[in-house]
Amino acid sequence: MPGLEDLYREIILDHYRSPRNRGELETPPAVKALGHNPLCGDEISVFLQVEGNRVVDVKTSGQGCSISQSSASMMSAAVKGKTIDEVRALVHRFKSMMSIETDDGAPDGEVKLGDLEALQGVVKFPVRIKCAVLAWNTLVEALAEA
Amino acid sequence: MSGSASDWTAVAADFPVLQRTIDGGRLVYLDSANTSQKPDAVIDAMADVMRHSYAPINRSAYRLAAEATDLYEGARDKVAAFINARRSREIVFTKNATESLNLVAGTWGRANLGPGDAVVLTHMEHHANIVPWQMLAAERGIEIRWVPLDTDGRLDLADLDRLLDGAKVFSFTAMSNVLGTINPVQHLCAAAHRAGAIALVDACQHVPHDVTDVQAWDADFITFSSHKMCGPTGIGVLWGREQLLDSMPPFLGGGNMISDVRLDGFSCAELPAKFEAGTPPIVEAIGLGAAVDYLSTLGMDNVRRHEIDLTAYALDTLDARFGDDITIHGPRNVEVRGAVLSFAFRGIHPHDISQVLDQSNVCVRAGHHCAKPLMRLLGANATARASFYLYNHRRDVDALADALDGASDIFGA
Repeated sequence: MPGLEDLYREIILDHYRSPRNRGELETPPAVKALGHNPLCGDEISVFLQVEGNRVVDVKTSGQGCSISQSSASMMSAAVKGKTIDEVRALVHRFKSMMSIETDDGAPDGEVKLGDLEALQGVVKFPVRIKCAVLAWNTLVEALAEA
Repeated sequence: MSGSASDWTAVAADFPVLQRTIDGGRLVYLDSANTSQKPDAVIDAMADVMRHSYAPINRSAYRLAAEATDLYEGARDKVAAFINARRSREIVFTKNATESLNLVAGTWGRANLGPGDAVVLTHMEHHANIVPWQMLAAERGIEIRWVPLDTDGRLDLADLDRLLDGAKVFSFTAMSNVLGTINPVQHLCAAAHRAGAIALVDACQHVPHDVTDVQAWDADFITFSSHKMCGPTGIGVLWGREQLLDSMPPFLGGGNMISDVRLDGFSCAELPAKFEAGTPPIVEAIGLGAAVDYLSTLGMDNVRRHEIDLTAYALDTLDARFGDDITIHGPRNVEVRGAVLSFAFRGIHPHDISQVLDQSNVCVRAGHHCAKPLMRLLGANATARASFYLYNHRRDVDALADALDGASDIFGA
């Protein structure tokens, strides 16, 4: 059985204790998407401000476990300042790491996961994958609104 | 089977899954409010019927079919006796308690409720006793009223008569699956009847844990699931007063539920076949019958006493070990609460608690427990929940407390 140290890496706990980009943005100009994990009741809101083709600001709010909250924090840090295409590529890379999308090796090879690599261990705990991708699915909804 | 109610360690030995180890450690199963484990008696009864006596029921002349029919109907008789129903034909086998509740809302409700009619529920209901009524409300324009809770997690009955005034149905749980609160069922049924409403009791968390007497309750319908009372999944029970069941339209249409079908229509079979369309869960019914035998041998009053003892020990132990670091929801008086402990612990999210406890083979539920309106009242979107049953004993409580200590180490709480 995989150990808890695979799941609760120090960098994950750091983002959980000190979440980045926490809060709300005024809508408009930002857009808001609300995500639910119907199994556990966790909720997350993603506020996304896009100017031209670039994500200029992002905030998240809501309640959740260490995995969902740290994933939201790392997600927000990773997408801020990126172009929409880069964000979509990052979403694909992240979901591939979570084994819910196939990594076809194509165009997003340039995208660096950085801190997000720490969430790799979640794959060994399949029940928690939903926690890790909640913020990302909500981000995708926000992108559709933007 | 142990057959000895005083030796609860021996009872645990009747459940093969509780004998297994995971990573060399003993399994500590504390999720019985969700679903219970199965004793050898149930597993063997189901295997036996599939090996020796399996055949269609109620429709074939050969001896094997008669034997299967006797076993199936014998299970119905056992369930009837177990809840003190007047007659076996008042026992309808369904898929689970959820289907039983949908059956009442969908048939009795559609036949008797229209715009402006009121259904009274409580804030502690499971989604299964909320959503079917909301579906009916959307379709029929009925009003739903809610009995609130007091700060102790018990029903606040101060305004009950006003809420019931003019209502047609009072549908409530006998015991909360989140708070453990045991409701005064007999009192609530009487209040419903005074107001001219029928009383529907969601007894899913009651029947497995205490003596059930539908006549003493003076209920009109009760619903429960086999899988929470040592029986298999795939079968539940609706009990109803005979004249009510007789007066209701059928639920699902198909074979077994008809007495005749013509090109221009059909007529219904007698109870209980009227509500059992299609081939029923034959093996599961026989398994449920074996579960009823198992529980009856132990004695439901003994089961209840054991769980009171265990709940008191759990409350005392967790309080003594963790003090203000743990918040246990629901009443403190073990006479009015079942062996279900939902708790918040040192600010650690329930998912993370459950994950850490799993390292010690302690199985608890984390989430909203299919009671989101209640969770909103508690101000939490999730809790961790440890729930105990007849096969648990004090060392399981100790294992829970030891494992909780480990959660603090990781999250630095």
